[in-house]
Amino acid sequence: MAPHDLRRPFKRRPISDQQKRRDLSLLRQSQHRSDAQQRARNLASSVISLQSPSSPDVDPETLSEPMPDVDTAGHESEASSFSIRQASSLRGPEARKWFASQLMLPEWMIDVPENLSRDWYVLARPAGKRCFVVSTDGVTVSRLRNGSVLHHFPSALPGGARKKGVSGPAQSYSILDCIFHEADQTYYVIDMVCWRGYSLYECTAEFRFFWLQSKLDETGACDPPSFYHKFRFSVVPFYNCDQSGLHSAYTGSLPYVKDGLLFYNKHAHYHTGNTPLVLIWKDERCSQYVIDTDNNGQVPSQQHIVLELQDDGKIVTSDDPPVVVNCLNADFVKQSGLSPGSLVRFAIGDGGLNCVDGKFEKADLQYISVSNRARAFADSYSKIMFQYMARHSPLKVEDLASMISQENQQDKLPEVEMSD
Amino acid sequence: MAMEITQFLLAAQSADARVRTEAEGSLKQFQEQNLPQFLLSLSFELANNEKPSESRRLAGILLKNSLDAKDSGRKELLVKQWCAIDLALKSQIKELLLRTIGSSVPEARHTSAQVIAKVASIEVPQKQWPELVGSLLSNMTQQESPAHLKQSTLETLGYVCEEISHHDLVQDEVNSVLTAVVQGMNQAANNAEVRLAATKALLNALDFSQTNFENEMERSYIMKMVCETACAKEAVIRQAAFECLVSIASTYYEVLEQYMQTLFELTAKAVKEDEESVALQAVEFWSTICDEEIDRQEYDSPDTGDSSPPHSGFIEKALPHLVPMLLETLEKQEEDQDHEDDVWNISMAGGTCLGLVARTVGDGIVPLVMPFVEINIRKPNWRSREAATYAFGSILEGPTIDKLAPMVAAGLEFLLTATKDENNHVRDTTAWTLSRIFEFLHTPDSGFSVISPQNLPRIVGVLLESMKDVPNVAEKVCGAIYNLAQGYEDAGASSSLLSPYLTEIIQHLLAAAERTDGPESKLRSASYETLNEVVRCSNLLEASGIIGQLLPVIMVKLGQTMDLQVVSTEDREKQAELQASLCGVLQVIIQKLSSKDETKPIVMQNADQIMMLFLRVFGCHSSSVHEEAMLAIGALAYATGAEFAKYMPELFKYLQTGLQNFEEYQVCSITVGVIGDICRALDDKILPFCDQIMSLLIQNLQSDALHRSVKPPIFSCFGDIALAIGGHFERYVATALQIMQGAAQVCAQMDTLDEELMDYGNQLRRSIFEAYSGILQGFKDAKAELMVPYAQHLLQFVELVSKDSLRDESVTKAAVAAMGDLADVVGEKIKPLFSNFTFCGEFLNECLDSEDDDLKDTARWTQGMIARLMVT
Repeated sequence: MAPHDLRRPFKRRPISDQQKRRDLSLLRQSQHRSDAQQRARNLASSVISLQSPSSPDVDPETLSEPMPDVDTAGHESEASSFSIRQASSLRGPEARKWFASQLMLPEWMIDVPENLSRDWYVLARPAGKRCFVVSTDGVTVSRLRNGSVLHHFPSALPGGARKKGVSGPAQSYSILDCIFHEADQTYYVIDMVCWRGYSLYECTAEFRFFWLQSKLDETGACDPPSFYHKFRFSVVPFYNCDQSGLHSAYTGSLPYVKDGLLFYNKHAHYHTGNTPLVLIWKDERCSQYVIDTDNNGQVPSQQHIVLELQDDGKIVTSDDPPVVVNCLNADFVKQSGLSPGSLVRFAIGDGGLNCVDGKFEKADLQYISVSNRARAFADSYSKIMFQYMARHSPLKVEDLASMISQENQQDKLPEVEMSD
Repeated sequence: MAMEITQFLLAAQSADARVRTEAEGSLKQFQEQNLPQFLLSLSFELANNEKPSESRRLAGILLKNSLDAKDSGRKELLVKQWCAIDLALKSQIKELLLRTIGSSVPEARHTSAQVIAKVASIEVPQKQWPELVGSLLSNMTQQESPAHLKQSTLETLGYVCEEISHHDLVQDEVNSVLTAVVQGMNQAANNAEVRLAATKALLNALDFSQTNFENEMERSYIMKMVCETACAKEAVIRQAAFECLVSIASTYYEVLEQYMQTLFELTAKAVKEDEESVALQAVEFWSTICDEEIDRQEYDSPDTGDSSPPHSGFIEKALPHLVPMLLETLEKQEEDQDHEDDVWNISMAGGTCLGLVARTVGDGIVPLVMPFVEINIRKPNWRSREAATYAFGSILEGPTIDKLAPMVAAGLEFLLTATKDENNHVRDTTAWTLSRIFEFLHTPDSGFSVISPQNLPRIVGVLLESMKDVPNVAEKVCGAIYNLAQGYEDAGASSSLLSPYLTEIIQHLLAAAERTDGPESKLRSASYETLNEVVRCSNLLEASGIIGQLLPVIMVKLGQTMDLQVVSTEDREKQAELQASLCGVLQVIIQKLSSKDETKPIVMQNADQIMMLFLRVFGCHSSSVHEEAMLAIGALAYATGAEFAKYMPELFKYLQTGLQNFEEYQVCSITVGVIGDICRALDDKILPFCDQIMSLLIQNLQSDALHRSVKPPIFSCFGDIALAIGGHFERYVATALQIMQGAAQVCAQMDTLDEELMDYGNQLRRSIFEAYSGILQGFKDAKAELMVPYAQHLLQFVELVSKDSLRDESVTKAAVAAMGDLADVVGEKIKPLFSNFTFCGEFLNECLDSEDDDLKDTARWTQGMIARLMVT
């Protein structure tokens, strides 16, 4: 007697997940398709552009007010459509540049800044993905540097979940600068950019950190995940960069895997793009990724750097203004099929690098290839130098500590300085 | 004029292949040259009682095959051919068929009944055979009709009802058919053959009886007859009557209340003492009631504010009697039931029904089952222990976690120990029960699991030990590991808990996959499928090393399959099956490792060798492998990105083959999806292949032979290609847009009542919008003006879709996005169009009010794009 078709699976359900593999593939494909299309239209910009610093003169509070009726009864503000207009013409590397330009990017520490213990904070950078977390209108969205959405979730941040009575006015929004740490599925907050619609771009790091410390916890965002709060947030502990602060950040045990130390100048505003007022430093002890690896995860025998080719044949770093590393002759440019704007990969030969006052005196570069298209930027001067030093004469934690102790001694003689 | 074809029909069944082939050739030739005469001759052969039964049988088969086919394209052709035949000749054939059901030869009657139903399936819906029902009914009403004529007339009526829809008959006809059928069931008036035929006919006629079941008198009469028949002295008739009750339970659930007492008594008696074939149907009756109530519970949306219960609660009411009845069946196991795959007996049906009852009533079942479990689980008799375990396992889905958790926590250790029971069946059911526990009571991401860091080592230890048990038990253990791993998927920090055991689990699974002591390759495929889930659910950062080591192991295994000796078709199938499993594992590994930048390099380092293996698998030509390898290639393209270009020259011919595989349309569909993956990986490097790809895709869209489900993915793929190659899509635009407009037209005319068709319609519409989006965004920098001529059509299509209240959210999203893309890309030139299409504002507002954040974001963006256009 043949069993009823529907009944069979009960005890004898064959373990088969071919259909599951198919479905997951379809899901992946449709996700990638919609990502690709969204990148093309830069939809991703619309949420972040609500608070684009490129239009700082617009009061964020007015953004939610309806504009004079256009034909579509639109509620689009000038500010956001302005930045959408800018962003929507971007594709591929341009788009990535645009998104990256929304974040404050540290320079690599190639020498120890002055007044470390007085003017700087130090914190241990969690290993993970740097992202912007925007909560508004009942939803929280995290976006990576390239603009793609990492998570779309409810959270206890203001306006971060569709839950009444908790998150404040519907229009309020917040933007946090975070690192998503996979292992414990936690967003570690390293900076606060907007809070309840209030912009912190023009505030000092000192104030932003204080605000972050006092405000985040009271929302319940640091609570364990729940239905209306899918991921836990956590403030990264920061210290005054004195001996004990440095020691705590460097050796202290933390719930996350460290990837170097970040140094924030207390007086610096949230400056989008590269800034020397935030620095990153790494060594083998506090980071798995000190020396750059290639596409295959191997450390190449020679240091590789990526530079941008200019119209006049100069090859430069991504800094503003760019630092000239070398110059390619026109024949070579032509033969290699390079064009102005190309990102070009070089290896540093045995001749090494030599610089004076932030300029390259000598650079022994060996041409490798045009860099792959996934890259949006050339390397910065500080990165090249940090990597170079890491291979030859790294800046050690002891150097930092000794700088601090020197400063301490000087601090004991303040009168002398003042009376000078 | 009919031809004498007996000799050919007999020769076509000859043992001598030469004779047979020749005769088949002649028949085929006849069929092709003169179909009407061929069919007429067959009908004469079938109708002629003088002819040998062998030739009549083949004549019947050939007739059926000339009217119906499984393949829908062929079926359509056959219908056309039949309709084209001269009316008079068709009448003659039908006359002969109707005469044959009165034949004294049972086989000829039976065959003829089937052929009549096939003709009816073509002609009744077209109202071409109005006299059929009348003519059949007169066989029943004429006093002098012999019993065998009544029997085959009822059989014919049953088949006809099976073939046609109830819309095809008028109510008067339905009434007469039902009357005839129900009278045929009358015990006093008819012999057993007639009653059996009548009962089976009723089963098919039940779908037609809506109106009659609404009328209490008619309904009660039918129910009375069915219940009486369920007590007939012939078991086959009782079985047929219970089959009717099963069908009634599902079709007429709403009106059963007044009969439930009787039905319970009837089924309880059958379950207890009737032959198994009858008892199985009696259990099935209750399983069907459960299905209905579960369905109604699931579809009963709590938002409607409707306080009336979703169903009559028959199971709830019957519970105190039903559960003991089912528990009793559990101890009637067969000795070897766990070894044979197609065994279905009363104990399995009873356990299955118990599981459904648990899902229907939830907590209420627990106190009724637990005493049975406690009394029996330690008894010396294995049947008692197995029954107790099965009962326990069956009720794990349905009751609340609060109710189950303490019981399961208390029983877990017992079950773990029972994996060492001396009896194979007990161990089998124990492993299955563990797997159910992990399925339903192990969901760390929602905050509950019976598994703790404390008992996990013991659990894993027991499971791994049991993997070495006999194959049927090992297979169930795979299921337990599958569910165990699944619980840790997306479980945040708890996903680390399994990490320390991964190496050992994987080793045991690989070892189980190598075993050769089980029947067929069930254990092997269960092991690999479980391995997939283990990899998929692992915490990648912790498991990357282990998965990185697994990769070359699987690659070696896949490589070894190429060296298998392949002599027979069976060898080829076995090879293909093994390759499918291994390609599946590779796909899962690739997808897992490429989900994070840190682990992607592991895939990159191995990409060349992996790709070579896939190409060699393709070389072995098996469609099933083809499919799994193709799926895996999609994942690889995503992982490697632009590097994938180097594989294209070799791979391309297989992509072409995949696109042309209409028969295994899944393969075709997957290939289309993989082309999308490759487009995203290569961007404009796909260009050299686009002419050929586009031409195949377009052919596919235009073909009637390709399964329709592949067509939406093809439109989406247009978008993928366009986005990848940008302005180069220019050369395809005219053709692509023409087909897209045609398909949009089809969507507009679709029957909105057919649920399956609606589903397809939604997919099709979404994919057309996706194509528009890809093409528009691809043209943004260079060729935007090319889309000006199509703007009006796109907006009309969006408008049409916006007016359909049944549209799917994903369609809405795609439509809004395409509208925004149009404004964004084409801009100024179509500004007046947007002013003319006044629906836009309303549609956007609807989307802005949506609960779906993605949709809201998209609508906001589109609104911005249109606003920008209107103010500049």
